[in-house]
Amino acid sequence: MTAYLLRRLLSLCLSLIAASLVIFLVMEMVPGDPASFMMGLNADPAAVAALRSQLGLDAPLPLRYLGWVAGLLQGDFGVSYTYRVPVSELIAERVVISLPLTLYALTLSTLIAFPAGIIAAARRNSFADFSVMGATQFGVAIPNFWFAMILVLIFSINLRWMSAGGFPGWEAGFGSAMKALTLPAIALALPQASILARVMRSSLIDTLEEDFMRTARAKGLSRSQALWRHALRNALIPVLTIIGLQFSFLLAGGIIIENVFYLPGLGRLVFQAITQRDLIVVRSVVILLVFAVIVVTFLVDLAYAAVDPRLRRHRQ
Amino acid sequence: MTRSFAPDRSILKMALSHRSLVIGFLLTAFFVLLALLSLVWTPFDPTKLSIATKLKGPSFDHWFGTDHFGRDMFSMIMVGARVSIAVAFVAVGIGIGLGVPLGLYAAARRGSLTDEIIMRGNDLVFAFPALLLAIMITAVFGPGAINAIIAIGIFNIPVFARLARGAALSLWTRDFVLAARVSGKGKARISIEHILPNIANLLIVQGTIQFSLAILAEAALAYVGLGAQPPLPSWGRMLADAQTLISLAPHMALFPGFAIIITVLGLNLMGDGLRDLYDPKLRRGRG
Repeated sequence: MTAYLLRRLLSLCLSLIAASLVIFLVMEMVPGDPASFMMGLNADPAAVAALRSQLGLDAPLPLRYLGWVAGLLQGDFGVSYTYRVPVSELIAERVVISLPLTLYALTLSTLIAFPAGIIAAARRNSFADFSVMGATQFGVAIPNFWFAMILVLIFSINLRWMSAGGFPGWEAGFGSAMKALTLPAIALALPQASILARVMRSSLIDTLEEDFMRTARAKGLSRSQALWRHALRNALIPVLTIIGLQFSFLLAGGIIIENVFYLPGLGRLVFQAITQRDLIVVRSVVILLVFAVIVVTFLVDLAYAAVDPRLRRHRQ
Repeated sequence: MTRSFAPDRSILKMALSHRSLVIGFLLTAFFVLLALLSLVWTPFDPTKLSIATKLKGPSFDHWFGTDHFGRDMFSMIMVGARVSIAVAFVAVGIGIGLGVPLGLYAAARRGSLTDEIIMRGNDLVFAFPALLLAIMITAVFGPGAINAIIAIGIFNIPVFARLARGAALSLWTRDFVLAARVSGKGKARISIEHILPNIANLLIVQGTIQFSLAILAEAALAYVGLGAQPPLPSWGRMLADAQTLISLAPHMALFPGFAIIITVLGLNLMGDGLRDLYDPKLRRGRG
């Protein structure tokens, strides 16, 4: 396990370096000079040059990259071109909305998918199975931002149960903050729940047909006892991987949903930054999200190997 | 898997008796025809503004009603179908065109450094969710349909590279490939003449699934303003316009949404059906 862990850690570091390099180089391709952009059209060239030097933009490319990475390692993302405050502050303000939203949606998705997938698998080819599978077909076909709009139409405009958007802040109380995140989380969770329910169903069906399940039944366990005691645990391995992957989908998908509900999270921040050409903010949010995806994938891989020792040997 | 893709009569018969395949095909064909028809005819000019008839609900004249500029929604959905399908088609084409050769090459040189580099490169692209890739590309090059195509296309490359490599690896150990090697054929020729035809079915099935994902991705990008730009109508853009008017004119949100759902549903059903057809083992429990 130690050798496997070291190998995976090395590969994690390489991935992080490669991702940072790609993001840095792509953002370097942007035409135009941030310093002249910040100073405006009629700026004094000497002042622009001074700002360039202050922002470290006059250093050679490799040095700029290393400086940026060194900053990242200390949690210093640089200073926003438009807001003139440290990007880390902007991100810290927004992440307390985006991250809870992602986790809320992931929880909802799992809570919906598990029972649906288990019922469909346990009663294969029954009416319940067909209903679940039919619902999941629609679930994956519905764009989540459209679903979000329909939720607003029903629950905010017609029934007036929820607000149509905005976020009161955590200081307004846990309950009202969670209420503001509920419709966005449902909208985000729907497609992922559909995918997860299908994976749960097919994984459980595969497991139910294994020899050890026949043995369990032959030992005298009832169908449902065998399912709960033996099948479910084995069927969970592929499901866990998908849950890990979904974290990144939800984190990225949140960018769109935040726009539907006017939630001041990372998604709103990145779109405002794009329109204001505040590229240091775009770069920072993108690298943060990509790092999150890489690290979560790494953790899922480790969990996978811990659950199934065969994988440590046959990794490739 | 080794069956060739030539549709002989028994496959055709099986296909016609497969309900979800037929429904999926019909739904997809409907939107493709709608898109093609929009090239020569739409009930109204989809870019023509008519403030006098703005925000009208569905009627005999305007089947799906009109938007806040009085444009005919049905005509806009027809042209939107064209944009969606074109973007998805080219994006999946990029994925297949670059991903499959990469995957075949990696499989032919399995275990080599090139194989390792290609696969790690794939992992790296996978770490960038399509949307983030699009955001970066748009931040650099500006929004537009072409950049949406590039972003979705890049995202598709590792999908097809992994699929092609995985499928090709198992074929390289088969006798018919060994026979081809004994007869003196090179790795490139074997990949093209023997491996590719045998993985075509898998690629077509995956292509259908990726096509539906690309339609969803295009709609999402257009919705946040990173896709096709006005006055070119696109489904995502129409939904963005509808958002602030949803209580006044819900039809503006409903119809483009239905168009996306039906198209994606059609493609998914078709993908499931094709998969069943080519791999009956999977018929019972697709994830």
